[in-house]
Amino acid sequence: MSEAVATIEQPPEPLPNGQPLVIGSNLGRRYGSRWALAGANLQLRSGRSLLIGGHNGAGKTTLLRILATTLRPTRGELIIDGIDVARDPIAARQRIGMLAHQSGLYPELTAIENLRVVGRLLGIDAVEDRAAAMLKRVGLGGRERDRLREFSAGMRKRLAFAKLLLQDPQLVLLDEPYGQLDPQGFDFVDGLLKSLVAEGRAVVVVTHLVERVAPQLHSGLLLDGGEMRWTGVAAELPAAMGRWMLR
Amino acid sequence: MSTTKMGALVPQILGILRKDLALDWYGRGRVLAVFAFAATSLLLFSFAVGPNTQKLAAHAGGYLWLSLLFASVLALSGSLREETEEEALESLMLLPVDPRALFFGKALANSVMLWGLAAILVPLSFALYHTHVTGSWIHLILALLLGCGGLAAPGTLYATMTARARGRDVLLPLLLFPLVVPVLVAAVNVTQLCFAGDPMQQTNSWLSLLAVFNLVYWGICPLLYGRVIEA
Repeated sequence: MSEAVATIEQPPEPLPNGQPLVIGSNLGRRYGSRWALAGANLQLRSGRSLLIGGHNGAGKTTLLRILATTLRPTRGELIIDGIDVARDPIAARQRIGMLAHQSGLYPELTAIENLRVVGRLLGIDAVEDRAAAMLKRVGLGGRERDRLREFSAGMRKRLAFAKLLLQDPQLVLLDEPYGQLDPQGFDFVDGLLKSLVAEGRAVVVVTHLVERVAPQLHSGLLLDGGEMRWTGVAAELPAAMGRWMLR
Repeated sequence: MSTTKMGALVPQILGILRKDLALDWYGRGRVLAVFAFAATSLLLFSFAVGPNTQKLAAHAGGYLWLSLLFASVLALSGSLREETEEEALESLMLLPVDPRALFFGKALANSVMLWGLAAILVPLSFALYHTHVTGSWIHLILALLLGCGGLAAPGTLYATMTARARGRDVLLPLLLFPLVVPVLVAAVNVTQLCFAGDPMQQTNSWLSLLAVFNLVYWGICPLLYGRVIEA
């Protein structure tokens, strides 16, 4: 790992008010002798969004899982809303919601039962009403009593979005949010991204569809071989990726 | 690692337990298969020994617990299959849920399954092995409660550890069986003493041993569970 690359910093967020919600310093994760992520630095404020680009194996999902607190970094420090994640990951998780590759739901349970499981674990009041409202918001109104097993892949994705919204997180982590969705689903995700940011949440998106999502987001970060290669305005990420790959 | 107070764990444990029992209810086919497997193995032991009622009765406790042990492997690995199909376990870890609550909820659900299994296998073993309770029913019930608990706690930990392994069906018994030998020995002895009588008053010693191993397993396994899920 070159030190010059390791010290690339995201430019300071243009919004001056308040501390960043997320501060990641020199985050790295090693599997055996290979660094899947080697020294990522990032800051993200509430109401701002970050697009992470890179090819397969670049370290995008590793970084996202570290931000989600489900993967312990081998080195570095992660602070979320002032909480040192290494010290109190459970308190940090109260601020985080993540949409992963898989839905994270139970195929044998109905849509409403899946949301009820999450609602009860989070101690949400009036979980039935809120779950029903979330299902409506993701376009699954009227499908409350249907089992997940009967859902298409796209519907499962929508239900995973409903679960995420039910959590009401301050930091939203989206891993390939467009995956398995049809064109209508793409529009749904575009709208949701806008509203999540407008609601004052910090949003981190990992996707291969950088051209589609870049214009909608604020900052961009390019990873390659586990190292940060470029940071800047999200809209410039597709061009930066092109330039980097030509080198 | 976590600052969650034990009192705050209770609603989370109940939430996980309720979810796992609901999954068992919806997956009744899988549960019935476990029960059928356990009953069949009880039957096969009686065929293997032959129509010698004295021999059958003398080892009824052993056959009962071996059937429970073998069936527990199916029950434990089945309970984790639902969690791995859509990466639901990792999704639970994304919630502010203490890993100890996850462990206790899942291990209790697995204990409930094994207790249900034991409640069916005991009368079945009376019929197949020509035995009955001559000692204390309370001791037998305690042996079943503690014995199943002693299988469920390390079983839940190892089932989670091997859930995504390629050879999980072989790995789980390979890891679990050596660890639960003390529980098995104690449970078999208490059960046999309840069936055949306890002139030497040994039951309490074996029950104490069962209780100690339960304390050890239910004390250590929750602490390791977070690391196991992360790995």
